[in-house]
Amino acid sequence: MLGTRVETAVETAVEVIDLRFAYPDGVQALRGVNLAVRRGEKVALLGPNGAGKSTLLLHLNGILRGKGQVRIAGVPLRTDNLPQVRAQVGLVFENPDDQLFSPTVLEDVAYGPLYMGLPREEVSERARRALAQVGMTGFEERSPHRLSLGQKKRIAIATVLSMEPAILALDEPTASLDPRARRELIHLLRDLPQTMIVSTHDIPLVRDLLPRTVVMDGGVIVADGETQIILSDSALLAAHGLDVY
Amino acid sequence: MAARVPFGERYLAGRSAIHTTDARAKLPATLAYVFAVTLTPVGHWPALGLLALPLAAALLLSRLSPLVVLQRSALALPFLLAAVPLMFTKEGEVLFSVPLFGWTASREGLETVLSILAKSWLSVMAAVILTATTPAAELLRAMRALGLPRLLVATVSFMYRYLFVIAEEALRLLRARDSRSARLPGRSASASLAWRAKVLGNMVGSLFLRTYERSERVYAAMQARGYDGEPRFLWRRAWRTTEVVLVVGLVAYLAGVELYARH
Repeated sequence: MLGTRVETAVETAVEVIDLRFAYPDGVQALRGVNLAVRRGEKVALLGPNGAGKSTLLLHLNGILRGKGQVRIAGVPLRTDNLPQVRAQVGLVFENPDDQLFSPTVLEDVAYGPLYMGLPREEVSERARRALAQVGMTGFEERSPHRLSLGQKKRIAIATVLSMEPAILALDEPTASLDPRARRELIHLLRDLPQTMIVSTHDIPLVRDLLPRTVVMDGGVIVADGETQIILSDSALLAAHGLDVY
Repeated sequence: MAARVPFGERYLAGRSAIHTTDARAKLPATLAYVFAVTLTPVGHWPALGLLALPLAAALLLSRLSPLVVLQRSALALPFLLAAVPLMFTKEGEVLFSVPLFGWTASREGLETVLSILAKSWLSVMAAVILTATTPAAELLRAMRALGLPRLLVATVSFMYRYLFVIAEEALRLLRARDSRSARLPGRSASASLAWRAKVLGNMVGSLFLRTYERSERVYAAMQARGYDGEPRFLWRRAWRTTEVVLVVGLVAYLAGVELYARH
């Protein structure tokens, strides 16, 4: 019994236990979510708008704190370990204009490492490496508002890669991208080794990249399993407003 | 995201001597210049002429189009309007009087107005050259390097980052309104001025709310990457002697002109 627990702690990247959360305006966004994600697993989070997907992602690094428990690599999330948890969970927001808040690309990508208290040389080194990883070397001195949406999305991913997180939580990474920018982003995600939880409406992306699918609706998880099986269950998908064609 | 705001970045890319000078030298040099211009006694034209020299040199070296700089410096014009009444309120040698109103213009008053115009124009020109040859991000770094409070620099930085985002949002709102401001042939517009004002008011309100909500999301994004309430910045580069010499030289010249203007 004890042995199993130790193994769970090491192998489970994310564990969410009976998570409930209501926004200040009274909207009950999460009504008891239970989820465990193994290390290295790539999970899709499907569900209609308002299902609670983004709210769940915001709990993974403690931006929102609901009732229940969130464990990252076996460690329960508490106020005093928030900084460590945030270094482990890279959260990429849906709108890159929210994510990229610095006057230049380099400063934005260096933001995370800078706050981790790393020496300046390493901060710059990590920022450049992350930019290279997303194929945006040469954009260091550009201001984010001059970039295309696809470029902004990639840089938004670089801003968390520079923190070298073990887990990536992505909110609608391919939303409103043109086909080429979308394809480039999918290629980028495919090459990333991190544990991934991706909230999306992009079914082909789920099929290509994410072997496990979790369906949310009304603040709870209504289905959880192999992507292939879930995506072929048209009755389940139709019941939750997800049409796959 | 096709919305493009009609105003753009002030920076005009170039490789001139002025462009490549460190912003940490340009910012204090410009401030010192504006300070000196402001302190010059009213009506001391030789001193103002001497002060125009470094500006002309900077303009030439920057290889900016003088037309563009002049256009941008038109910003100083409204100040003239505010200064015009001084012409009539200052006592002194009578130049002319406005019949009916009984206003009399004085030579001293005219001199004051012209001085104010010349001073504000020189100051604005200096600022125009600074902003046209220095990327905003560099200016922010210079502010920080010169010891401005972190919070202030962070605030200016956010303002710069989101100015365009918010302006584009406003532009989209306006376009959405215009797209639905249709009119049928043979019918006059029924919308009253008050109604249109109300629509505009609602748009401003909705822009404010959206901005407020965005600020919450931006703050969440900052927290997600470890923000702890203390703005931090990424810096590099050491001072170069040429830049120090430049600032010290300019300040010495300005001080000289001011001393000469006061004998």
